[in-house]
Amino acid sequence: MSEKVVFQRPEALCDVHTHYCPGCLHGVIHRVIAEVIDELGIRESTIGVAPVGCSVLAYNYLNVDFAEAAHGRAPAMATGIKRVRPQATVFTYQGDGDLAAIGTGEVIHAATRGENITTIFVNNAVYGMTGGQMAPTTLPGQVTSSTPDGRDVELAGYPIRVAELLSALSGSAYVVRRAATNPGNIAKLKRAITTAFKVQQAELGYSLVEVISNCPTNWGLTPKESLSWIEDKMLPYYPLGDYKVLDAVRDL
Amino acid sequence: MSTGQSGEKILMKGNEAIGEAAVRAGCQAYFGYPITPQTEVLEYMSRRMPALGRTFVQAESELAAINMVYGAACAGVRVMTTTSSPGFSLMQEGVSFIACSEVPAVIVDITRGGPGLGNIQPSQADYLQVTKGGGHGDYELIVLAPATIQETIDLVVLAFDLADHYRQPVLIAADGMIGQMMEPVVLPPMRQVSDAVPPWALSGAKNREKNIITSLYLNADRMEEVNLHLQEIFARIRQAEVRYTTFLAADADVLLVAYGTSGRIAQTAAQIVRNTGIRAGVFRPISLFPFPYEALSEAAVGKTLLVVEMSAGQMVDDVRLAIHDRQPVHFFGRMGGQVPLPEDVVAEIKKLL
Repeated sequence: MSEKVVFQRPEALCDVHTHYCPGCLHGVIHRVIAEVIDELGIRESTIGVAPVGCSVLAYNYLNVDFAEAAHGRAPAMATGIKRVRPQATVFTYQGDGDLAAIGTGEVIHAATRGENITTIFVNNAVYGMTGGQMAPTTLPGQVTSSTPDGRDVELAGYPIRVAELLSALSGSAYVVRRAATNPGNIAKLKRAITTAFKVQQAELGYSLVEVISNCPTNWGLTPKESLSWIEDKMLPYYPLGDYKVLDAVRDL
Repeated sequence: MSTGQSGEKILMKGNEAIGEAAVRAGCQAYFGYPITPQTEVLEYMSRRMPALGRTFVQAESELAAINMVYGAACAGVRVMTTTSSPGFSLMQEGVSFIACSEVPAVIVDITRGGPGLGNIQPSQADYLQVTKGGGHGDYELIVLAPATIQETIDLVVLAFDLADHYRQPVLIAADGMIGQMMEPVVLPPMRQVSDAVPPWALSGAKNREKNIITSLYLNADRMEEVNLHLQEIFARIRQAEVRYTTFLAADADVLLVAYGTSGRIAQTAAQIVRNTGIRAGVFRPISLFPFPYEALSEAAVGKTLLVVEMSAGQMVDDVRLAIHDRQPVHFFGRMGGQVPLPEDVVAEIKKLL
């Protein structure tokens, strides 16, 4: 009797346990990236740059060459790699603290230079690894371990909408926001990451896929509740959609 | 631009000579940020590197520049950045990461007056920063200090070789005097750039396991192993890479100890006092790490010691370590971008006699 494989671990995903908390969506996002790498046939020419934050150990989970950057510096490091290895597919994987607080300068300038790199930007509105402090993307009123009474915008300012911000730069070729919350959204996320990698292969400029994600542990919610919280609280502030798509991207 | 035929003597500004020396040493990528008195290196590389089909990027900050260097170094190419004192302060995080990750890189620091924004005059007030671990963690940085533009060229080439050999960052510590001055120099021959990818470098996991370059070791046992391994590298460097030179030191009654621009001024001062019958000489460390403790200890026996620096007295601590309180160590320094005249040093020598 012949067997037909209908589901298997992507070659670009290592067969190891992750350190992520139960219900965390990093694992889903890792898997989506790995599937895209497999389907594009680029596992042997892909170089990842991991951030500081919960996904600092992403290099242990994705089966491609990897560097671990200093906090916020992944886009600069990826620039150095891509400029001397232009044939490689180079991507950074960054959280909201890493990208939108300490690394704001690096990501803006990588984008405005039109670096042919891709950023997977995971936005869960909180610093996860250090235990749930306010992130640059923490929502107004959101309670965190460093905003015990909720984020007061009078004192702590407003959350940064990264996709909207970077879409304003001429060097950005493809900037979209997706969510990793349900099968439909995950399928859209996968198509976006595929497009982003193709954008860099076609040397059209900088590409970023913002992924709205969760943090059940630091939000104090069950995994299921955290998905509802994304729908109810995060998506109204961070609408899903395409923020910058060059005409040339549509021809890919 | 004229860079001379092989072996021909030409006149070159220090900063431009640094750029050309790096090019000839096979530097494949340069990342930098404008800061006086270093900026001419950046400008030189902005023309020279693209003309050779090599990588040049003007970064948005020294933070970005050193992390671009880190990235290119991880990809296994010869890479350099140049900066000046406040810029090097910003780079410390990256230098620590590069050292721990064991990737080769060359950094040039054309030091200026400080602290703070300071000024753009020559200074040696960053000795402690460059030699005693300006960044966090247990690491050492190979530091080479030239006194002439020719020596700068030679040390830049050496820096690339040492960086590759030890897979560690190497720093050229020169000051604004070296960067801005013009001198006749002979450039080294152009080396072939190698396309070979080192086995540890990031190039895509083709026909091999994936390579990971990281400085994160959450397990303390593993982190200590990494530290012990790094300390072995630094021990080998201490053993093999001590560099210094002496001038009229053998019969000297007064031994001036100075590096870089101060070393050059000290040499002129020694010549001046020799004409008045005072036997003075110079011991000039070239490698600030590793510091030539033993050679200096031997050279200093029976001599009056005067350390000359363009700082409040930083290398003088290492001189005292070398001497083990066996004899007094005198100090003369100027600060804030003031360059001592040879006559100032002569006056200090005469005070000691």
